[in-house]
Amino acid sequence: MAERGATPPVPAPWRAALRAVRHLFTPLLPDDYLELINPLWTTRELRGRVERIEPEGSDAATVMIRPGFAWQGHAPGQYVRLGVLIDGRYHWRAYSLTSDPDDEDGLVSVTPKKVDKGVVSPYLVQRIRPGEVVRLGEVEGVFTLPDPLPASMLFISAGSGVTPIISMLRSLHHRRALDDVVVIHSARTERQLMFGAALRELDRRHDGMRLELRLTEHQGRITPDDLDRLCPDWREREAFCSGPGEMLDGLVEHWTEHGDPTRMHLERFQPIIGGGVGEGTGGSVRFLRSKVTVDCDGGTPILVAGEKEGLTLPFGCRIGICHTCAGTARSGTIRDLRTGDVADVTGKVIRTCVNTAEGDLEIEL
Amino acid sequence: MTPTASTVDANSPLAHLTETDLGKLEREFDAIHDEVYADLGERDRRYIKAVISAQRQLAVAGRVLLLGSSRRTTWVLGTACLGMAKILENMEIGHNVMHGQWDWMNDADIHSSTWDWDTASTAEAWKHSHNYIHHTFTNIRGKDKDLGYEIMRIDPKQKWHPVYLAQPFYNVLLMALFEWGVAVHDMDIEAVRTGEKSWSEVRRDLRGISGKARAQIVKDYLGWPLISAGAFGLAQLAAGGRLPQPRTSRIGNRLRKAGGGRWTRIADVADRTLAGIERTYLATAAADATANLIRNVWAHAIIFCGHFPDQAYTFSEAETKNESRGGWYVRQLVGAANIEGSPLFHVVSGNLGYQVEHHLFPDMPSTRYSEIAPKVKDICERYQLPYNTGPFGQQWWMVHRTIARLAFPGGHPRPKPGPYRSNDERRPDASGSEAARFRARVPAESPIAGPEHESGGVEVAPPPRNQ
Repeated sequence: MAERGATPPVPAPWRAALRAVRHLFTPLLPDDYLELINPLWTTRELRGRVERIEPEGSDAATVMIRPGFAWQGHAPGQYVRLGVLIDGRYHWRAYSLTSDPDDEDGLVSVTPKKVDKGVVSPYLVQRIRPGEVVRLGEVEGVFTLPDPLPASMLFISAGSGVTPIISMLRSLHHRRALDDVVVIHSARTERQLMFGAALRELDRRHDGMRLELRLTEHQGRITPDDLDRLCPDWREREAFCSGPGEMLDGLVEHWTEHGDPTRMHLERFQPIIGGGVGEGTGGSVRFLRSKVTVDCDGGTPILVAGEKEGLTLPFGCRIGICHTCAGTARSGTIRDLRTGDVADVTGKVIRTCVNTAEGDLEIEL
Repeated sequence: MTPTASTVDANSPLAHLTETDLGKLEREFDAIHDEVYADLGERDRRYIKAVISAQRQLAVAGRVLLLGSSRRTTWVLGTACLGMAKILENMEIGHNVMHGQWDWMNDADIHSSTWDWDTASTAEAWKHSHNYIHHTFTNIRGKDKDLGYEIMRIDPKQKWHPVYLAQPFYNVLLMALFEWGVAVHDMDIEAVRTGEKSWSEVRRDLRGISGKARAQIVKDYLGWPLISAGAFGLAQLAAGGRLPQPRTSRIGNRLRKAGGGRWTRIADVADRTLAGIERTYLATAAADATANLIRNVWAHAIIFCGHFPDQAYTFSEAETKNESRGGWYVRQLVGAANIEGSPLFHVVSGNLGYQVEHHLFPDMPSTRYSEIAPKVKDICERYQLPYNTGPFGQQWWMVHRTIARLAFPGGHPRPKPGPYRSNDERRPDASGSEAARFRARVPAESPIAGPEHESGGVEVAPPPRNQ
C-alpha cells in the first residue's frame, strides 16, 4: 500500500457529522466529495498548502506550509514525513522541522538542502510553487531538548545538520532561554551557509548566546581537538550534535574518551547503512511474489539488492521510518543495518530498507 | 519448435509460430510495456483525477436532481446522471484502479490495495477471480471461469448439457442483475461443491457480499429516497401546501381499507401530508434501481463483447501446457476482442473496447491503450496474427447469436477474421512495401527495441521472463 499522511486533529463534532452521513456515500466517504471543493478538507490525512518558499543559502530553501487542520505541534529537533507530488507520483521524505513550534503564524516549515542526484530535494528547493498541496505525515524523532532545560548547552552542527538545531534555537529564543548557549556551526562557504542571518541575529540579541561560525573552505574542518579552544567548558554542557556521519562519529568518540557520553545527543541524518559491510555475512534473498532470488551482501539493504535486480518493490522514506517497504518474511534471519542486531524473522513483517539478509531469506514481496 | 507446438490445434494462431518467433514477440510486447511505463507521469495522473472528479460531480448532480424526483424531467435527468456516474465508477475507475493500473502514482487514495467499488462483489473476491484467475488462465477451457461464467456455453468445444437450453433466458436475467451475477460467480460455487473451498471461506465471502448488499440497500433504497422525500416535505411546507401531489396517499388508502371507516380522519391527514412524500420516496428509489440496471446492462454488454464474439479463440489445457511468456502474450492477444468506438465510448466502457490491449497489459493505465493499439496491430500484421476488433453492434450481435445457437447441441467454430489465415501463408518478406522495410530496420532483438526489466506491481503474472 502507498504511504499515507498523519490523521489530522479534526474537531469531534465535525467527525461525528461525517460519520453520520457516510452511508449515503459508500463505498466512498463524504471526504471524497469535500476534497473536490478543497483538497485540504479531507479528514483522512493531514495535508498542507505551500504558502511561501525562501531560499536559504545557495543550495537550500525553506518551504513554509499551512496545514489544513490545526497543527498538533512538534518538539524542536523532530522531523516530519512529507509527501510531495512530482511528475504524477507521490514521493515521501522525512525532513527536520525548522519552524519554531510556538510561532503565532501557524506555519510549519522544512528546509531541505538540494541533493544533486535526488528527486525530492531539488523539487522542493527549485520547483515547488506557493499553492501546491503537500501531504503531512507523523512528526517523529527523539533528538529533542530535555525538560527541564539544562543550565548550559552546546550545539554543534555542520551543513544541513543545522536544521533541527535552528528549530531548537528559535524555540529557546521564544522561551527566553538562550542564557548560556554555545553554537558551533560549519558550512563550506558563506554562500552555502544556511540560516546565517538567523543565527547572527540570535547571537546579536542574546548575550547568553555565543556563535562560532566556521567556513571550512578556508578554515578547514573542525576537529574534536578544537573544542577545548572554542568551548573550554564543553564537558559541563549538554551537547546537541547534528551533521554528517563522519563528524558525528568523531564527536561520539571524543565524548566517550574525554567526556560524558550521556550528555551528548545526536541526530544522524543518514542512517548508518552500507557502513558495516564487513560485519555481516549477507545472504540470498528470495522475493516470493516476484519469483526472483538475489544475492545481498552484508552492507546492502534488501530493498536496494532487489532494485538492482530490476524489481519494483514498495519503498518510502528509505531510512526505516515510514514502514512502506514492509514485507512479511516467510523464513530467514536479517541484520539491522542501523544497529547490527541479528534476528530470526520467520513470519514477521520486516522493513527492507534498513535490513540486510544474514543467510538465506524468503520474503513475500 | 515450442513444446506446445505438438499439441496445438492446426487452426490455432499459435500453430505457425516457432519458438524463435515467440521469443521475438515476447521482447516486442515487453518493449511496448516498458516504453509506456518509462513515460508515465503528470499527464496520466491528470487524466485519472479528471475522470474521478467528473464521476463524483455526476453523482452529486444526479442526487441533487433526484431531490425533485417527483417531476418527470428531473427524474429522467437525475437517473441519467446517476447511471452514468455508476458506469464510470465501475468501468473506467473501479475496474482499472483495482487492476493496479494507477498504483505507480504511490497515492494511497487511488490504489488497488485500498479501493472499493459500488457493486455487489467485494474488492478482495473480485481481485482474485478476475485479476488472478481470469487474467492468468484467459480463455483456457475448464480453467478460465469467465468463459461463459460457468453457466453458459459460448464455445462449441464446450460439452452440451440440457441446462444450456435455458441460457438465452438467463442471459437476459444476468444482463439485468449483472453485478449480483458477478458476486455469485466470484464465490466459485463449483469449488465449494468439489470441496476445494472451505466453508469458512464461503462464510467470509457471504459476509462480504451481504455487507455490500446492505450498503447498497441503505444508500440507494433507503437513504437517498428518504432525503428526497424529506426535501419534498420541506418544500411543501415552505410552499404552504401549494405543490402538486396525488390526492390520496398509499398509507391513507391502506388505513381506510383496514379500518373500515374507523380511521378515516387519520387517513385524511395522511392523504394531505404524506401523498407527495410517498411519491417522491418511491420515485427516487425507482431512479436508483434504474441507474443500477443501466450500469448492469452496459457492463454486461462491454464485457461480453470483449470476450465472446466469433473472433475470440479458446484453448485447451494441453495447448497451454509449458507455455512461454511469448505464448502467453499470443493467447491474450487472440482470446480477447476489441470494440471500435469514439474516444467518449472508450472512456465510458472503461477503455475495455481495447480489450486486446488490456489483456496484454492488464496493469497498464487504460488511457494508454489507444496509444499502443497501432503498435499491437503492427505486431499482428508482421507475425500474421489476427487483431480481433469490430463495431459495437456487430460484436454484440455475434455474442448473442452464439449464446442462442449454442443453447442447442452441436455448433461449429465460426470462421475467424483477421489477417491470419493459415500456416501455409508465409509472411511477406521485408523487401515489400516501404512500411515493411521500415519495420525491418529495427529487429526485435535490437537493444533499441526497448529496455528489458521486470514489470512491477502486476496482480496478474505472466510466466516469468527469461533473463
